[in-house]
Amino acid sequence: MKRVGVFVCWCGRNIAETVDIEALCRQLGRDAPVAWVEDYKYMCSEPGQQLMKKAIAEQHLDAVVVAACSPNMHEVTFRLAAEAAGLNPYRLEIANIREQCSWVHRDRDQATAKALDIVRSMVEKVARDEELQPLRVPVTKRALVIGAGISGMQAALEIADAGHEVLLVERQTYIGGHMAQLSETFPTLDCASCILTPRTAEVARHPRIKLMVASEVIEVGGYVGNFVVRIRQNPTYVDWSTCTGCMECVEKCPRQVPSRFERGLGTRKAISVAFPQAVPYRPSIDAEACLYFTKGRCGICQKTCPVGAVDYEQKPVIHEEKVGAIVVATGYELFPKARIGEYGYGKYPDVIDGLEFERLNSASGPTSGRIQRPSDGKVPKEVVFIQCVGSRDQEKGVPYCSKICCMYTAKHAMLYKHKVPDGQAYVFYMDVRAGGKGYEEFIQRAVEEDGVLYLRGRVSRIFPEGSKLMVWGVDTISGEKVEIAADLVVLAMAMVPSPTARDLARVLKVSIDEHGFFSEAHPKLRPVESLSRGIYLTGCAQAPKDIPEAVAQAGSAASKVLALFSSDELLHPPTVVRVDPEICSGCGLCVKSCPYEARQIDPVSKVARVREVLCQGCGACAAACPNGATQHINFTKEQLMSMIDTFTGPPDGAGRER
Amino acid sequence: MLLSGERVRSRLVTKVEEMSGQRVLGCYQCGKCTAGCPMASFMDPVPHGVMRLLQLGQVSRAMRTAAVWMCASCHSCASRCPRGVDLARVMESLRLLILRGGEPKVRPEGLPAELLMRAPQQALVSCARKYQG
Repeated sequence: MKRVGVFVCWCGRNIAETVDIEALCRQLGRDAPVAWVEDYKYMCSEPGQQLMKKAIAEQHLDAVVVAACSPNMHEVTFRLAAEAAGLNPYRLEIANIREQCSWVHRDRDQATAKALDIVRSMVEKVARDEELQPLRVPVTKRALVIGAGISGMQAALEIADAGHEVLLVERQTYIGGHMAQLSETFPTLDCASCILTPRTAEVARHPRIKLMVASEVIEVGGYVGNFVVRIRQNPTYVDWSTCTGCMECVEKCPRQVPSRFERGLGTRKAISVAFPQAVPYRPSIDAEACLYFTKGRCGICQKTCPVGAVDYEQKPVIHEEKVGAIVVATGYELFPKARIGEYGYGKYPDVIDGLEFERLNSASGPTSGRIQRPSDGKVPKEVVFIQCVGSRDQEKGVPYCSKICCMYTAKHAMLYKHKVPDGQAYVFYMDVRAGGKGYEEFIQRAVEEDGVLYLRGRVSRIFPEGSKLMVWGVDTISGEKVEIAADLVVLAMAMVPSPTARDLARVLKVSIDEHGFFSEAHPKLRPVESLSRGIYLTGCAQAPKDIPEAVAQAGSAASKVLALFSSDELLHPPTVVRVDPEICSGCGLCVKSCPYEARQIDPVSKVARVREVLCQGCGACAAACPNGATQHINFTKEQLMSMIDTFTGPPDGAGRER
Repeated sequence: MLLSGERVRSRLVTKVEEMSGQRVLGCYQCGKCTAGCPMASFMDPVPHGVMRLLQLGQVSRAMRTAAVWMCASCHSCASRCPRGVDLARVMESLRLLILRGGEPKVRPEGLPAELLMRAPQQALVSCARKYQG
């Protein structure tokens, strides 16, 4: 017979007000396996823990039940205290008499009776608990970062600087993400390239960062500390190991197509680099545009290349890599203009989105930084900026606030005024959300110093009239409808997750929210962790955010990875399932019921096996197993039945009513 | 209301700004001036509404409001404005614009000699300042 100790917590008045602690303790003291009962006002406090430790040692207790709050709150606290007193921590159980009893009941007698049942059922369980040791798994101290925008690069650099190898995978042929497209950044107006290129260069030359561009993660197996990742490297049709970056091929290529990097405002060749500061500075062929691939003739680039690097036969290559942790930094896209009918379905050339304005304003952009409207190249004198297009619009767009548009619209209006001082800039807004260091001041500067006219209201319609665009809006402050004959309209489109996020979430087996942003483990206290151990989130993959926030989150994700890499072994809870091979019939129901791929049928012995480190202890397979061959350690059928018996057994002196 | 750069930065707006020494775009329309104005209930539009008209370049409309004449120049608005805009000065400059541009509200030569004899000199000076521009 085990000697069970029960420690009942008052939780101040939280439990004691509804549950009669004295009666509870008196009843428990009469139960056979209970060797010791004690109560205390705050069991989780330092004196409370000391009292428990002392009793474990002096009363030679070999199992403990703490009747207190939810195990989510203090199971760890009490198990550590028990361990310090020499008790195996898995021999301590929490009986939740707060959330599941005192908080949800009023009647003191009934609540006391229920508390007694809860504690007794735990006494039954703990008397049958095995002593367990945590499982130990080795850690591969190598990280995978998916997405090489500013946030992904920052995470990669911080992990690599701390001494670990990083695999940085990027879908595009260049690194830097959307930040590479920006002209200037708020609220300092420093040039985006000037602050980005030192980072891209550092990533490229870092001895511990292995950069894989034009690549996608297609499969992820394994578990924290030991992921096995398959990465598809898409063909660039240029052998970058021999290419010298002379760009002769680009010069000679006869095919001009709209540039995606310039968001269609400029052109590029079918073989090209995205932009002059691109890292890596190597050309790639767009097979959809290339004459050789589409028409089967040309081949000029291959003939031109002095080192014979152009290779039309290049095929996708699949790489398999082992990593211990994964950081997801897949970034964002803009909500498509084509979905907003009243602003022209994206068909009016002079109605552009924020990233298009960035390219117009960029010194390396299609107009070399002159503000010219796309339709006729004229310098626009009346420019209307519209905020919240698609954002905060549950009907046509997304219900959330995209967070960065207030600031970049003020920046756009300001930069426009700096370049066209005699022009007029209008901003239609619903609220100006400028929470950030120096942000509100920046908005006021746009208004006061640059004379940007803020109009409170949404624009109802935009339609062309002659060479102008008529903008119908409202100023709800004065209550007046306003009309502007604009030369250029800039839409601050909603930020949406990268189109690749949904598939990647499936591959990683992590959850995304209804909009496609990756879900964090806790919105306040665990903002960079996913719900899967070893997978972390950063940047706009998680939610819309600006550069400083994306960089800060990257640092936080990196520190999580480093904490994981700080020990050679990871501990895994031992409360997993176990199979009795003598009973197992190899039916395979457990394999089907396991959401974590932790169950498989041994091909030789034909009985079920458990991959213990993958097992999350959910118990689904144990419930599915038809003959009880699979048992959940410390949640065995015998234990569960004994707990149920306690609840359903005959009433006793505690006055339980049935 | 048709807005344009020409309208928003019209000569009249500049004039109001010069006369009052205030930037109309300095106002961010929080409404604190109106909230504390003892005369606001006699005004339509209310004080921040007048500022809004100026921001939108609608100076002549602002000049036609009752607010301009109801303003008691108590400077409550100015003393409480978080953006440091002295609305009382803006109101004063609107009054001056009206008076300078139009017929004087009071002609000294039309005043009865009897009144001129009785009224304090300072009252006449004030009257001339306020109503003659």
